[in-house]
Amino acid sequence: MDSFAGEKPALRWVVHASVLFLVVLWVVPTLGLLISSFRTADQIATSGWWRALFPSEQNLTLRSAAPETQVLEDGLYVIQGKLFGDDQTVKISRWGISSREIDAFTPGETAELRRGGTITVDGDGNYRMENTEEFTGNRGARIFVTAELPPEFTFDNYQTVLFDKGSSDSMGRAFFSTLTVTIPATIIPILVAAFAAYALAWMDFPGRALLIAAVVGLLVVPLQLALIPLLKFHLNIGIGKGYLGVWLAHTGFGMPLAIYLLRNYMAGLPRDLIENARVDGATEFQIFTKLILPLSFPALASFAIFQFLWTWNDLLVAKVFLIDATGQTTVMTNRIVELLGTRGGNWEILATAAFVSIAVPLVVFFAMQKYLVRGLLAGSVK
Amino acid sequence: MTPALQGLLTIAIGVLGCVGYFYLSNQFLDKVLCPPRGPNAGRNINRANMIRPWLFLFPAIAALGLYLAYPVVETLRLSLTERVPGGGYQWVGLDNYAQMAAEPKFWEAMRNNMLWLIVVPAMSTAFGLLVAQLTDRIRWGNVAKSLIFMPMAISFVGASVIWKLVYDSRPEAEDQIGILNALYLFFGGTDPQTWLTIPFWNSFFLMIVLVWIQTGFAMVILSAALRGIPEETIEAAILDGANPFQIFFRIKVPQIKATILVVWTTITITVLKVFDIVFAMTNGQWETQVLANYMYDKLFRANDWGVGSASAMVIMLLVTPILIWNVRQVRNEGSPSLGGD
Repeated sequence: MDSFAGEKPALRWVVHASVLFLVVLWVVPTLGLLISSFRTADQIATSGWWRALFPSEQNLTLRSAAPETQVLEDGLYVIQGKLFGDDQTVKISRWGISSREIDAFTPGETAELRRGGTITVDGDGNYRMENTEEFTGNRGARIFVTAELPPEFTFDNYQTVLFDKGSSDSMGRAFFSTLTVTIPATIIPILVAAFAAYALAWMDFPGRALLIAAVVGLLVVPLQLALIPLLKFHLNIGIGKGYLGVWLAHTGFGMPLAIYLLRNYMAGLPRDLIENARVDGATEFQIFTKLILPLSFPALASFAIFQFLWTWNDLLVAKVFLIDATGQTTVMTNRIVELLGTRGGNWEILATAAFVSIAVPLVVFFAMQKYLVRGLLAGSVK
Repeated sequence: MTPALQGLLTIAIGVLGCVGYFYLSNQFLDKVLCPPRGPNAGRNINRANMIRPWLFLFPAIAALGLYLAYPVVETLRLSLTERVPGGGYQWVGLDNYAQMAAEPKFWEAMRNNMLWLIVVPAMSTAFGLLVAQLTDRIRWGNVAKSLIFMPMAISFVGASVIWKLVYDSRPEAEDQIGILNALYLFFGGTDPQTWLTIPFWNSFFLMIVLVWIQTGFAMVILSAALRGIPEETIEAAILDGANPFQIFFRIKVPQIKATILVVWTTITITVLKVFDIVFAMTNGQWETQVLANYMYDKLFRANDWGVGSASAMVIMLLVTPILIWNVRQVRNEGSPSLGGD
C-alpha cells in the first residue's frame, strides 16, 4: 500500500511518532504501579516512581560505629568504617555533621566534632574519626550525607502482601478465593452453553428462532437487575451467600454471550460433516462430543478467556453473592477496595496487592490474545 | 480442609455433575424412554429427536430464565412495592419512582451517566479508530496494538488503583508522586490539584479510566473492519487524487459505519453498568455519582429495595433501545452489540 498511497515520508514519521505517543500514554499508568510495587514505602512517598529508574540524589542520616569499636593507633584513638555496604556503589557529593548544615563539607574535608576530635568522609563513604582522648558515649556520631544512590528495588512488598501472617494475611487467602470462584465459573457455563449452542445450531425444533432472539436480547440485560431478586432467591432456597451462589450467578450471567458465540461458530461448521455422521448412525450425543466439541475448540477457548477475565476481575457479583459478614471468602478485587479505603496512603501495599490480582489475567491475556481477538471478532464482525 | 483443596473438590463435583447430567439424560432417552428398536422403533426415534433438543437446552434455558429473565420481572415488581416492617410487601404504585425523582443525588447520577454515555463511547471509538488506522501500515503495529489492548485484561478495580496513583496529590512542599500533578507542575501549574475532588471535571477523570480500558476493544474490532474494506475502493480514490485524510474520512469510515455502530453500542452497555470504577475511586462523592453506584448504595447501604429496584429499572430502560435494535439486527442477519460484561 505504501508505494501508491501517495504518502510523504514526513507523514510516515508523524504516524510512527503518534503511535509511539499513544502506546506510551497507554502503558505509563500501569508501568507506574508496577515499578511502585518494587519500591519501599519511603521511596514511594518521597519521590515519583519515574525517578526510581535512575540514580537519585538523596539526603541520608547515618551514624558512625559506636565508640566501643575505637582502636589506639600511635597515641590517637581512631574509629573507622564504611557508611554503606560493600554491594552499594555510592557517590557522596556533600556531607555534614549537624542537622542544620547537612551539606557543610565536600568529600575528603575534615570536620571538627563537637565533642572533640575530627572526622573525615571520602566520596565512597569511608570515614575516619580521630581523637587524642578516648571517644565516650555509647552511640556513634551522626553523619549527614547527600549522595547519589543507584536505583534500588525490593521484593519485600510481595513477601508482605502474599505471605505475611499479620494484617495482610488475607491477600494470599483472597487469591485462592478468587481462584475458587473463577475456575468452576468458567468451566460450567462453557459445558452448559456448548450443548445449548449445538441444539440451536444443528437441531430442528419449533421455537428455535425465538430462542435465538431471546438469547441476543438477554445479552444486554444489565446484571444490576438480577442482584436483589437472585439474592432473595438464594436465601430462600438455602444457598445463602457462598461459592455455590456465585458460581450459579456467573453461569447465568455468562450464558447469553457463551451461547451466542458458540452457536455462531458451530453454525459455521460444514453441514456435510454432521449429516454424514448422522447417516453413519452416530447419535447426537456422539456427534456433539466426538465431532463438534473438538472442532469448536477456538470458540470454546475464546469464550473461556472472556469468562475467565470477567469472573476474575469481577467485584459486584462477588460482593453480592459471595462475601458474607465473616469475610472469610473475600476475593482479591474486594480486598483491594478495602485497602483503598483503609490504607489509601500505603501505596506499597496497594500497588503490590493490585499487581498480584492483575498478574494472572495479564499472563492469560498475552498467552491467549489470539483467541481473545478471534472471539471478539466472531461476535461483532461478519 | 485448606481452601485450595476445597476449591479443587468443588470444581470436580461441579464439572462432573454437569457432564453427568448430559450423559445420563441422553442415555436415559436412548435406552429407557425411547429405545430405537422393537416394534415402535420408528416412532421412538422421532420422539427422541423431538425431546433431545430440550435435553441439550434445558440447563441453559433454566440459567437464562432464572438468572436474567426472571430478575427483570421481579425487579419491576419490587420497584412498585415496599417492604413492610413485619415482613411481606405492600403495593405502592409509583411511589418509589417519585421518591427517587425527588432526590438530588439521583439527578446527579443521571446527569453524570448522560455525560459518561456521550464521552466514553465517543472517545473510546475515536481512539480505537485512530489507533487501528495508524497501526495498519507500520511494522510494529501488532506490538503497539497488543499494548493498547492490554488494559482490557485489567479489572476495573485494578485500573482504579493504577489511575489513583496517576491522580495522586501531595502538598506543595513535597515531591509529587502522581504523574499528572508532576506534569502539571512541570508545565507551569502553580499548586498541585486533587483531581478527583474538583466537581464536574472529576467525572471526566473517572471516564478516562474506562476509555483507557475500552479503546483496545474498539481498536481490535475496527482494525479488522478496516482490513476488510475492498482494496479497489481505496485504489480508485488514490487514482482520483484523494489525500490520506480524504481516503480515511470519505472512503474508509463510511464503509465501516455498521461496525462503528456495533462498537459504540457495546461500549454504551458497558458504560451503563459501570460500577467498580466509581465505587473504588470516589464512591460517588464530590458529585461523581452514577446510576449503577447509586443503585448499589440504595440496595446495600440504605437497604431500600424499592428505590434501588426503581433505579435498576431506569438502567434497564436506557438499555432497552439497544436490546430491541440487537434483536432486530439478528433477525436481519446483522451483528448485535455484545453485553457480555
